[in-house]
Parts: sequence; structure tokens; C-alpha cells
Amino acid sequence: MNSPDTSTAKAARPEVIAMGLSGLLVRFSDRLDPAANRAALAFRAAVVAERLPGVEETASSLGSVFLRFDPLVTDAGELEVRLGALLAERDWRSADLPSGRRRWTVPAVFDGPQLAEAAALAGLTPAAAVADLTSAPVPVLALGFAPGLPYMGPLGPHWDIPRQTELTPTAPAGAVVVAVRQIIIFPAATPTGWRQVARTGFRAFRPGTAQPFALAPGDEVILQAVTVAELDRLVAEDPAGGGARVEALA
Amino acid sequence: MTGLIVHAAGPGVTVQDLGRAGWLAYGLSRGGAADRLALAEGAALLGQSPALAALEMAGTGGSFGATGPIIIALTGAPMRAMLDGAPLLWNASHALAPGQRLQIGAAMDGVYGYLHVAGGIGVPEVMGSRSAHLSAGIGAPVVAGDVLPAGPATGARAGRMLEPEPRFAGGTLRLVPSAQTGLFSAAERARFEETAFVRDARGNRQGVRLAAGGAGFRPEGALTILSEIILPGDVQVTGDGAPYILLSECQTMGGYPRIGTVVPGDLPRAAQAAPGTVLRFRFVEREAALADHRRRAAGQAALAARVRPMLRDPADMGDLLSYQLIGGVTAGEDAEE
Repeated sequence: MNSPDTSTAKAARPEVIAMGLSGLLVRFSDRLDPAANRAALAFRAAVVAERLPGVEETASSLGSVFLRFDPLVTDAGELEVRLGALLAERDWRSADLPSGRRRWTVPAVFDGPQLAEAAALAGLTPAAAVADLTSAPVPVLALGFAPGLPYMGPLGPHWDIPRQTELTPTAPAGAVVVAVRQIIIFPAATPTGWRQVARTGFRAFRPGTAQPFALAPGDEVILQAVTVAELDRLVAEDPAGGGARVEALA
Repeated sequence: MTGLIVHAAGPGVTVQDLGRAGWLAYGLSRGGAADRLALAEGAALLGQSPALAALEMAGTGGSFGATGPIIIALTGAPMRAMLDGAPLLWNASHALAPGQRLQIGAAMDGVYGYLHVAGGIGVPEVMGSRSAHLSAGIGAPVVAGDVLPAGPATGARAGRMLEPEPRFAGGTLRLVPSAQTGLFSAAERARFEETAFVRDARGNRQGVRLAAGGAGFRPEGALTILSEIILPGDVQVTGDGAPYILLSECQTMGGYPRIGTVVPGDLPRAAQAAPGTVLRFRFVEREAALADHRRRAAGQAALAARVRPMLRDPADMGDLLSYQLIGGVTAGEDAEE
């Protein structure tokens, strides 16, 4: 190449941005990018391990890490300096995924009310969309929006379909929705701008149990197409898991 | 154990404390009282910790009794309250004896009223908090037939009152930047600050929608924004261009851009804006917002010093709701700015 790839150069330099009075965001990318996600997971783990003074809570999202601090105790500028030093320690984008990862196989009925619409936006027939969405495991990139809710991706570039401009009033618990090269299984009924393609009996949030959150970032999920009768049977046998099976990855 | 008997409850009555912080990484928002200042005021009236749980009543209250003698306090959105048919002062503490009936009606101003009991409401903690977080499936609304245990009381007294901070009539909310503020052009941010918004009928503990007459607000670029962490106070602009102020039970992550974040001290006012209330926004410098935050944190600690005895026995007064106990103090309708 004759000229440097400026987009890569920009992506390589994370930004530290204020979020309100008591938050800082370390953004590795503003685009869906598996390397930025790995960077976010590893950097959050490092911030936790480092026990940065004043940091009260951390969370990673698709391509960024959020830190909460008490602005009456901790100076945001000083925290930014420490974060800058930690960021400079290594190339976080080349970090490994966390250990203890698992692969989940989740049975799903692909009768979502917007399957045809979502497939058409992806340039596929509904049958081809189902085959595509069940063909390979998809990584869990982040938990968020609702408790335990997995953001999974990236799907192939043809799935870069926009959110709807109007919200769907309610997608049910277990609904599988797609948008912007990502796929989600809703842990509880929720309004959404994403399009529902399938439903499962999988509950990613189980309040009141010893393990309230089923999934962790770094896990993988593969959807398995089943019939309505099959899903009904699986849910009857396994009300929280909907017949999901889990195996260790690394 | 002494407890609060629920004879009837409106549809939006839940147990709330300061919420459960620390679960953001798992997608669970802090939750807790929509108006945290009301928790602090109730705690000051009862001489107890603001971390204790109270009943939050959205829009309307209910009918309550006690299994033994308890001291209660009423704060937040002023609601019509009666004890065995006699009016009770809001922003005050009262005795509730077994066999008496406490009736709390609709909010006259604001949205969220609070019924505190001395010792706090002692329902079991889930993941470190007693707060119901209904959108997450934690806890349940309070309904008729419930008996809510009160924690051990320590010297709370009836007949105390407190002048509340006015926050039930909308006004200008101060904003500081959030992670996507820069996606909105300076002109769009200026138009945002010039707009008088009306709190829409759509609103709950997750957030409130605002309506404006003119065109919707748009970031520069497409709708496709990478989902990032969301905090209570964030002002999110959805696809139709309408802003939502996100409240304590908000989602933790999302891909709609946020034009700014309401400063913590103004969040109670955002939550207490009833449908139809006019709200405006103004961006302020971080240092100014931080100075105000510091002043308010100290002010909350000093709330207890502002508690005063009621000047007269409420039983002697005909219509407490309109009676001026002390200059400027009524049932909260004379909100002064």
C-alpha cells in the first residue's frame, strides 16, 4: 500500500470520553469489530485487576469499556491519566478472548413476525436466512440493555440491516431479533426497534437463582432450528433453558 | 414484627430503595427510587438512613393500615392523604395506630409520592437491594393483602415536617455531555436548547418521552450507531427524533444516540414532571455541574437540620392541604424556583 490506512490508524487509538459527571468511556471502536471487542473485554479485566483508585464499577460493551467513579472523591482528569498509561501498556486489540468460555446450542422456532422482512433486507429468502442464522456459532460480545441480554455477532455483512424507526411495542421473552449485523435473544419481554426472526425457550436472566446470568461475553451461541412441537416439549422439560445445551470451549 | 398492611394499592406502587449498583456489566440497571431526593427527605423526617426502603407510589397511592403502632412519613409528589378521614400534611411524619386507615389518593403535582415507615420496609433483599425492578423481573408491584414488615425503628417521631425542594413543575434541566453528544451538530444542540418540550403521556420508571412541535432531532450520520453503555439521566433520541430522558430503571446499553446527560441534582425534577409539564434543557460546564453536585451532596447531609416540629396539631386544622403552616409552605403547589 502506498498510503497508510487511516481508518486502521484511527481505530488503533482508543478514545477516553466523559459520560456525565461520574463516568468515563474508553472507546476502542465506534464500529462493530471483533478485535475492538476483544480489546474491551481484556481492558476491562485489566482495569479490575489494577484496582484503579476511585473506580467503583466497570462494564464492557461491544467496543468500549465504561468506568464509574465518584466525582466528589476522584478527579476525572487523574483517572484519565491512569487509563492512558494502562492503554499504552500493550496493543489491546491483539488480546486473547477470556478463559472459561462456553458454547451454547439453543433450539429456536423461526416463525418470527418479521422474518420475511429481515430476510428481504439481507437479500435472502426466509429459508436461506434461517439456514444462514443456524450455520455457525456466534460470539457473545456483550451483556446489556436488559439483564443478561446477549449482544451477539458479527453476522455476515449482508445482515447490516438498520433498526426500525418505530419501536415494536413488545417482543416476547426468548425472542430472537436481528439488526446491524447483530443477533439478540431477549431475556424478558421488551419493546424493540430490532426485527424478530425466531423465538426460543432460553432465559438468559434467571433472577432469584444462584446463577442469575446464563451467558458471559466470550461465550458462543449456535441456534438450532426446531419445530413448534419440539420447542414446546423442550420448554416443558426445561422451563429456564428451553433445551439449550452447553459445552466448554476454552 | 410490626408491619404496614396494604388494603388497596394503585397500579404503580412498589418497594424502592437506592437501587442495586454494581450489575451494569450484566445488563442490570441500578433501579431504585425514581426520586432519590424523596428518600433522603423521608429519612430526614424519620431520623434514619436514606438507604432504607420506602413505598414508591406512581400517580396514586392506596389504603394502608398497621399491625402495630408505627411512625410514617410522606414525601415526593404531594398526594391527598387522610387518616381516618382527617387530612394529613405531606412532607411530614405521622403516627399510624392499628385499626386506623391511611388513605393516599392521586398526585396533585408531580408523579412519584413516597410512604416511608420508621425502620424502613424490610422485605428481603435480592442481589443487594429491596427495590422492585419490574422490567428486569425482580420483585412485584405491591397489591392489596400484602403485609410489608417494618425494620427495627429507632426513635422516629410523629409531627415533624420538612420544606421540600420544589421539583414538581418542570423547568430547565441542566445537561453535561455524554459519549455521543459530539454526533449532534452545534446547530442541532442549539435548537435542542431552544426547544420547549412537553412531557408526553408515555413514561415510566425506565424513562419519559418528550414531545416538541417542530422537527425531530437527528445526529449527523445514519441510525446505525454501535451500542454503548447507558446511564440514568441520559437523553436518548430515538429513530423518530423524539428525546427520552432515561430514569433509574433504564436499559443499560443501546444504539440510539444520546445528546447529553441530565445532571444528578436535576433528575428528581425530570422524574417528577407529570404528563403535560414543560421541560427545557441547557448545557452547562462540567466544573459548574460538579460544584453544584458537591453542594447538593452536602445539602442532603444537612436535610436533617431542616426538619422542624409542626406548629400545630394537625387534628385541629380543618383543611391542611390549603393551610399555610409557615410562610410559603403548603402542600407543595407553590413551587418556588
